[in-house]
Order: sequence, then C-alpha cells, then structure tokens
Amino acid sequence: MNSTTTFKPAQTELSPEQELARLRWQCRRGMLELDMFLESFLEKSFLQLTATEKTAFYTLLNYPDQFLLEYLMGRSVPLDKDVAHVAKKIQAAAGP
Amino acid sequence: MSSALRDLPRRQFDSLVIGAGGGGLRAALQLAQADAKVAVVSKVFPTRSHTVAAQGGINAALANVLPDNWHWHMYDTIKGSDYLGDQDAIEYMCRAASKLVIELEHAGVPFSRLDNGKIYQRPFGGQSQNFGGEQAARTCAAADRTGHVILHTLYQQNIRAKTHFFDEYFAIDLIRDDNGFILGALVLEIETGEPLLIEAKTTLLATGGAGQLFRTNTNAHINTGDGLAMALRAGIPLQDMEFFQFHPTGIAGRGMLITEGARGEGGYLINKDGERFMERYAPHAKDLASRDVVSRAIFTEVKEGRGCGPNADHVMLKLDHLGKEVLEKRLPGICETSRTFLHIEPSEEPIPVYPTAHYTMGGIPTNRHGQVVVPVEQGEECIPGLYAAGECACVSVHGANRLGGNSLLDIVVFGRAAGNDIIKFLKENRYHRKIDEASVQAALDHLHRWDQKGEGESVAEIRADLKAVMEEYCGVFRTEEILQQGVEKVLEIEQRMKNVRLQDHSKIFNTARIEALEVENLLDIAVATVTSALARQESRGAHSRIDYPDRNDQQWLKHSLFFKEGRRLDYKPVTLQPLSVDTFPPKARVY
Ligand SMILES: Cc1cc2nc3c(=O)[nH]c(=O)nc-3n(C[C@H](O)[C@H](O)[C@H](O)COP(=O)(O)OP(=O)(O)OC[C@H]3O[C@@H](n4cnc5c(N)ncnc54)[C@H](O)[C@@H]3O)c2cc1C
Repeated sequence: MNSTTTFKPAQTELSPEQELARLRWQCRRGMLELDMFLESFLEKSFLQLTATEKTAFYTLLNYPDQFLLEYLMGRSVPLDKDVAHVAKKIQAAAGP
Repeated sequence: MSSALRDLPRRQFDSLVIGAGGGGLRAALQLAQADAKVAVVSKVFPTRSHTVAAQGGINAALANVLPDNWHWHMYDTIKGSDYLGDQDAIEYMCRAASKLVIELEHAGVPFSRLDNGKIYQRPFGGQSQNFGGEQAARTCAAADRTGHVILHTLYQQNIRAKTHFFDEYFAIDLIRDDNGFILGALVLEIETGEPLLIEAKTTLLATGGAGQLFRTNTNAHINTGDGLAMALRAGIPLQDMEFFQFHPTGIAGRGMLITEGARGEGGYLINKDGERFMERYAPHAKDLASRDVVSRAIFTEVKEGRGCGPNADHVMLKLDHLGKEVLEKRLPGICETSRTFLHIEPSEEPIPVYPTAHYTMGGIPTNRHGQVVVPVEQGEECIPGLYAAGECACVSVHGANRLGGNSLLDIVVFGRAAGNDIIKFLKENRYHRKIDEASVQAALDHLHRWDQKGEGESVAEIRADLKAVMEEYCGVFRTEEILQQGVEKVLEIEQRMKNVRLQDHSKIFNTARIEALEVENLLDIAVATVTSALARQESRGAHSRIDYPDRNDQQWLKHSLFFKEGRRLDYKPVTLQPLSVDTFPPKARVY
C-alpha cells in the first residue's frame, strides 16, 4: 500500500511559524494514538531537532498511518537509521 | 454584492463529496466509474481519514468459518440496535454485505485467508447463528488493519477513476436556495486560507463521527462532526443524537481503548481505597457486567469521591496479579499501550481508566438510498441534491447501539447506495441551478466572523470546558437533573462562544481558525445531543437513564429529530417493516 503523500519541507519562503503551522496540520492523523504521539512531540521537541532529525521527521510524516503506528509503538523499526532514531525519540516523548 | 463574494473563486462539478473516509470514497468511486465529474473534499489527506483506525473488521455472513446467513445477521443487528434500527435499511445492508465484501476483495483489499483460501472471519460480540443461538463468526478481517486496507484500496481506485481530490480543504457550510435545493458548499483551502465555492448538482456529506464531543474518547482529533453541524445550520434536523456508544475502559485522560479482554482475563477495577467496587454494583457478574453497568459504576465511584489520582478523576484497572507472562501472552496490546503512553508496567502497577466515547449512532437522517430526508406534514421528503453516508448519517442501521464490525459495512453499503442514487439524480437534473448568492454570503460571513479582533476567550478554553461538560452531564450517567444541568451549561458555553477571539489572523495554515470552526461545530452538536438525551425518558441501548431504567416501547419506539432553530424536537416512527421478510417485533434484549 503506497498511497501516501509527498510531503516535503516547504519550498517556498514560509516563516518558521508558518512552517510549524503547516506541520501541525500534517500531524492530524486518522488515529488518536498518532495524534497523541505527533502533536505533543511537535509542540515540545520539534524546534530542538537537528537538521538531519527534522528531515527524518518529514519522512516519518509521509508514512501511511498504520505503518507510522507500527514504528512509533516500536513494533517494527524503520530501515533508515535517522528515521528510526526520530521514531524512538517520539516514542520516548509520548509518556505522561 | 460584497467584494468577498465577487472575488470568490468558483468551481463546478456534477457531484461534490465532503469526506474521504470509507463512506465518501466508496460513493465517489461509484460516481467516477459512471463518468460523473466528481470532487472529493477532505480536511486531511484522504488516507489519514479515521476509517484507517478500524482494526477489527467488517461484517458479512459469508459463512466461511461457521454456518451463517444474512437473515441471522439482520436479526442480530436489529436486536443490537435495541429495536430502534430501521428494519428496511438493516435488511438492505445485511443482504448487500457479502456482495460488497467480495467486491472489495476484487478491488484489491488483501483480506486474511483461511487454509482453504477463503476470506478469514472472526467472531465478535452480538453475533449469533439461527436468531440468537450459538456464536457466529461474521467479521472479515485483513489482519488488524482492515480499515487501513479498505481506505487505501478505495483511494487508489478513485485515483484510477479520475476522481478530483481537494486535499486539505475544510468545508464550512452548505449552499442552499429558496426552493430547498442544495447547490454545493463553501470550502476553505487550509494551506492558503482562501475560500472556494464548489458548485455541484449533488452534495454528499461523509464527514464521519463526533467523538471529540467528549473529553475522553477513542476518536482521532479530526472527528469533530463537521458535517452534522453543517446540516443543522442548513435547517436539517439531526436524528437520535442521544445515542452515543461508550466503552467502560479507556485510558484516563487519553481515551484509548483497553479491551474488554483485560477483564475477561481476570483483571478487575479498584477505587482509591483499593476496593473492588464492582462487587457492590453487580454481585454476580462483577467486572464482567454489561458495558453500561460498568461505565456507570466507574462514574459513580468518581462522583462520590472514591476516584484515584491527584484529581480523583478515574479508577484503576488492576492486572498485576495475572503475572507478567500471562499479560505478555494474552494482552500484549494493553501492555504496549500502557508502557508507551503511561510509562506503566501493567504487571507491576494498575492502569488508570475512565469510560471513553467511541461511536456516534445518531446523525443526518437519510433513507436507504442515502437521500437526506426531513419530516413534512404527511411523512417525509428528500432534500433535493443532498445526500449523507457513513458515521455522520443515520439511516438508521445501528439504532440505539452499533454492533462491532457493522460500521465499516455501513459505510461501504450506503456509500455505494448513495452513489447509485446520485447517478439517477444527475440524469434527471442535467444543469446546474442558479447559485443563491445570499446563501454564499451567509457562509462567507460565518467564516469571516473569525476575523474579529480584540480580546476574548480562547478556543482552547471553550473546547476543554465543552468536552468536560458533555462528559459529566451527558455521558454514561444520565438523569433528568443531570441532563437539565447539562443543557444549561452547554447553552452558557454557547453564549461565551460569542466572545471568543482569535489572536492569530494569518492565512497560511492557520490551524487556530480551523480549530475555531471545529469547536463551533462541536457546540452545535452538543446542544442537539444533550437536548435529545434530556427528552428521551427511557433507557434503550447506549442511552441509559437512571430515572427511567427500562425501555419503553409504548412511548419511545421512535426516532428523535433535533432542529437547531428554536432547539425544537420532533419524532418519527421506526420502520419496523423490512423489505421482503417478516418484521422482528421488539423483545427484551438479553444476551
Ligand atoms: C478505534 C476505532 C476502531 C474502530 N474499529 C472498527 C472496526 O473494527 N469495524 C468497524 O466496522 N468499525 C470500526 N470503527 C468505526 C469505523 O471506523 C467508523 O465508523 C468509520 O470508519 C467511519 O467512516 P466514515 O467514512 O463515515 O468517516 P471517516 O473515516 O471518519 O472520514 C471522514 C472524512 O471526512 C473528512 N471531513 C470531516 N470534516 C470535514 C470538513 N469540515 N471538511 C472537509 N472534510 C471533512 C475527513 O477528512 C475524512 O476524510 C472503529 C472506530 C474507532 C474509533
């Protein structure tokens, strides 16, 4: 199943706030679990990510919901090392 | 003519579908394959619709595992609905089920297989053979991602059929003319913040449920019932809104489901004193009492000050006595969820739980062709050009209580049926009607209300208060007094809403504005829900009233209809006559 988006860092000149707003909408997903993982991570941690981590975060957002859930719940590990690293970070940040 | 109206970009399609979940996509596919020019609008990328969350499966009496037939499925659905379901629509759905599941298979849905190559089916609650006999196995599954594969398959089929997608567009209001025709909708491009008028000969609402109405719920954040509120604002009533399905054990403060299996395996609930309180409420069944009994018991413990945690607002599900090995083997999902979201090891500590809202049984009233219908002096009448399907619609096949596996079925059956009826409508209505500019202006005014500047309350505050009020005053514990307070509190919030102002007036991806529009929608639906619940003086299915503990068929075997104007309630009879078989007369619902 590969009906996914091709969401990339913005090509146009978005301000950091606009970029964050754009990402916020990309974190709205079809499952409550994903909303919880992504929305809180975005607000709490996104701005502190390194450039490589940010790119990996964009890649993660492009995965279909079910696969994203598998990765964030730690049921499987993304092949790309950087993406796996960010997935782990998101998972670790999901606690109370 | 205002400049906003004059400058408004406009697009024309034969058919507009609002919502790209299973319901909307199934309808769009039917239309695109019939060469209609169809537009699908979705506030999130289509394959991020909530249908993706359905893991259990879809019901059809294929009889691949155990004997089965559509008539038994029909009986179970009617009984499950506590006899509030319309028997013509239920017969139609159950008869169509096998054909449509096989159609999905042919379209590319990779269902799990039995050794003989047939589609795998699992048993679910409420399924029986032979009209209430042995357990049946009716739920077709594609591992634990049935909704995901259905959604992706339908999306790809639509791409192939050249459906036009407006991804990340938010529908604001329906456009209606003086003759009552629906002519399309005003939508907002989320990326640019610019409005767009989509003119269409028919409009289908397929916007899903409204789980976000309650503080604790299992739904994705996008489930704000937008289509329900759009219908209300267009003068259309909402049907049976008092029926909302709750699950007794969601993770407190978060909402995710903890399956009944946890108590089935020997887990039990305790209050802050460590007391196993279900022994008081249900001495025999204890923690395995029916969902509504357990939900109400949890509510009562919290209400009477025996809740746990710093805010005493939940109870605990104790599992540690089962041992790590049993937990890992039999309840791996629960272990995973509580570790991830609570950092709790269930083999060492109990899990905080509270009843969680799950499914919207009520919705936009339709007949089995997906046409939206409203009462007139004699019977009912269709709203020309308007259709609804899926969780936002009330056909009504779920009545007072939905059975697991029946809503994925509902969305494909009635999505397709609506598509077929729209094709007929398009043949008879070849031209676009003249747009009613006043109606467009009203929709624009609705949007521009959020341009008001200045100090005011925040959307987040209103939303949090509304959800808390709905949970406390219109949740699992309902009495005249509590619901009356609920109505007052929701109306107070409605007043406060007038003073809400946005601080962010930017255009690009202004999610604050979208959230404001969503909260407005939730508020409209909240009024409908709590008003309908107060009026219904009986207990039926998911609506259980402490002060009216029994079902009352004499007075209440009828659908409620809530109108926004004047907050008026009306009622209409349940269709007890199926299409081709004998009726199933109401009986006590015992399992
Ligand atoms: C956790 C969970 C598990 C479930 N498991 C099962 C199961 O196993 N079996 C089963 O039968 N049912 C299950 N259900 C129920 C079932 O998933 C839903 O009832 C069904 O998927 C609803 O489909 P839909 O097409 O009506 O709406 P959705 O899939 O919710 O789609 C709604 C669409 O409308 C769009 N939309 C909404 N508002 C707007 C707006 N204002 N503007 C533009 N677009 C808008 C959204 O973007 C989305 O595309 C489950 C539900 C939950 C919460």
